[in-house]
Amino acid sequence: MSTQADYRFTESHEWAHADGDVVTIGLTRHAVDELTDVTFVEMNDAGSSVTSGGSVGEVESVKATSDVYSPVEGEIIEVNEALADDPSVLNTDPYGAGWLVRIRTADTSPLNELMDASTYTGKYPE
Amino acid sequence: MHKTPLNKFHLEAGGKMVDFSGWEMPLHYQRDGHGGIHEEHHAVRRNGGIFDVSHMGRLKVTGKDSRRLLERVCTRRISDMQEGQCRYTFMANDRGGIRDDVIVYRVGEDDFRVVVNCSNREKIIAHIAEVQGDLRAKVDDVTLKTAMVALQGPKVMETISNFSKEIPALKRYRFVEKNALMFKVLVSRTGYTGEDGVEVVMPSGAVSLGMKMLMKDTDLDDPNTVFRPAGLGARDTLRLEAGMPLYGNDLGEDISALANGMSFALTIDKDEDEGGEPYVGMEALKKERDAGGPARVLVGLVLEGKRTARHHMKIMAGDSEVGEVTSGCLSPTLEKSIAMGYVDRGRSDVGTALSIDTGRTRVDAEVVALPFYKK
Repeated sequence: MSTQADYRFTESHEWAHADGDVVTIGLTRHAVDELTDVTFVEMNDAGSSVTSGGSVGEVESVKATSDVYSPVEGEIIEVNEALADDPSVLNTDPYGAGWLVRIRTADTSPLNELMDASTYTGKYPE
Repeated sequence: MHKTPLNKFHLEAGGKMVDFSGWEMPLHYQRDGHGGIHEEHHAVRRNGGIFDVSHMGRLKVTGKDSRRLLERVCTRRISDMQEGQCRYTFMANDRGGIRDDVIVYRVGEDDFRVVVNCSNREKIIAHIAEVQGDLRAKVDDVTLKTAMVALQGPKVMETISNFSKEIPALKRYRFVEKNALMFKVLVSRTGYTGEDGVEVVMPSGAVSLGMKMLMKDTDLDDPNTVFRPAGLGARDTLRLEAGMPLYGNDLGEDISALANGMSFALTIDKDEDEGGEPYVGMEALKKERDAGGPARVLVGLVLEGKRTARHHMKIMAGDSEVGEVTSGCLSPTLEKSIAMGYVDRGRSDVGTALSIDTGRTRVDAEVVALPFYKK
């Protein structure tokens, strides 16, 4: 199990991890396995603002194009540029090197409403 | 849900199973965190892959009038087919649209096999029965009694030559029926990947043993192994690179058989030859041809960047909608975004600059010649 105890999980299969006021967002193993081979990743630019539940960008795979949603409101401060060159990192390491964006937020409390690791993996087994 | 006789094989090989038109089929295989559609795709282009295609419909058409019956439902001539020859053809509807694209095998004078698309099997059986009238012929659906695997890739024929001289000597679109291990096997030099290779039909009870024998030298840890299992995901990207249409996307009941550019699969004046018969859809196709042909035709497109064009996306010329995407993928071999779609004939010349409306953004695209990939 590569998910960390303090990650939080959405019903739309993002994971979120808060470090102070910065929240890192990615897609879960379950999500990338469903997507199959990721072919293209485009996140909104650093500096753009995002609402809670709003899209931060899209991920394309052999199978489908999917939006990625932020569970918090704030500003995108960093985008994982490495994925533009090699989107397959999202398939091989979704919880690590395959992270998507970092968001600075004034309010991390929406994360408390999300699923913890055991609830998520109980509901969506890998 | 239907399961093929290789279902257990797929599960043991790490197949990620999906519902494909009512059949549980592997989308791709995964083992030890490895595997994926692109990996299988490359394996087929570089070495060889093995696909379970048992979900395809297999019909046996026999009897005194079997040739005439097939002549009446196929857009391509059957009368001049030799025994041991197979032929790709459409079956049209009376509007000139395509009911199915199939392969007809001539086993004997009055003995044929027809391989139809999985999703069209019941429809085609009903259609043939309707056309049959008082023609003396018998149609047996042998889909569930048989299995079918495709061996595809540049090293496949060489590997087969280790145990057969006859099969590698087959020409393209020729087949042979053989008795092997006490059961009857039909091997044709055909495929749906753009690579050399064969498709093999055998009794469903024999296929597990057949797979074991074929894969006895397969080493999944060796990237160059021949006969690596490959799923429907790779099958789709391979066929698209090879410019081969997929029924339900690139071909359908509402798209004219004249619009796909595959004129070899269509003989409009078939009835005027000796032994010819009028066929369902012939009058509509004649009429359409004489009126100048279909308004939109199938083209290949290469997109700028790495976004994928998807079925039903609009194809634009400036602000005008001039067509619709029917298939698209990021080509693993060419590392380009490729697509097929129907566009207004005036926009179909190679080199025409168009764009794809993805619903969020516009992506520039250029009309290119098909196939995208050729060996």
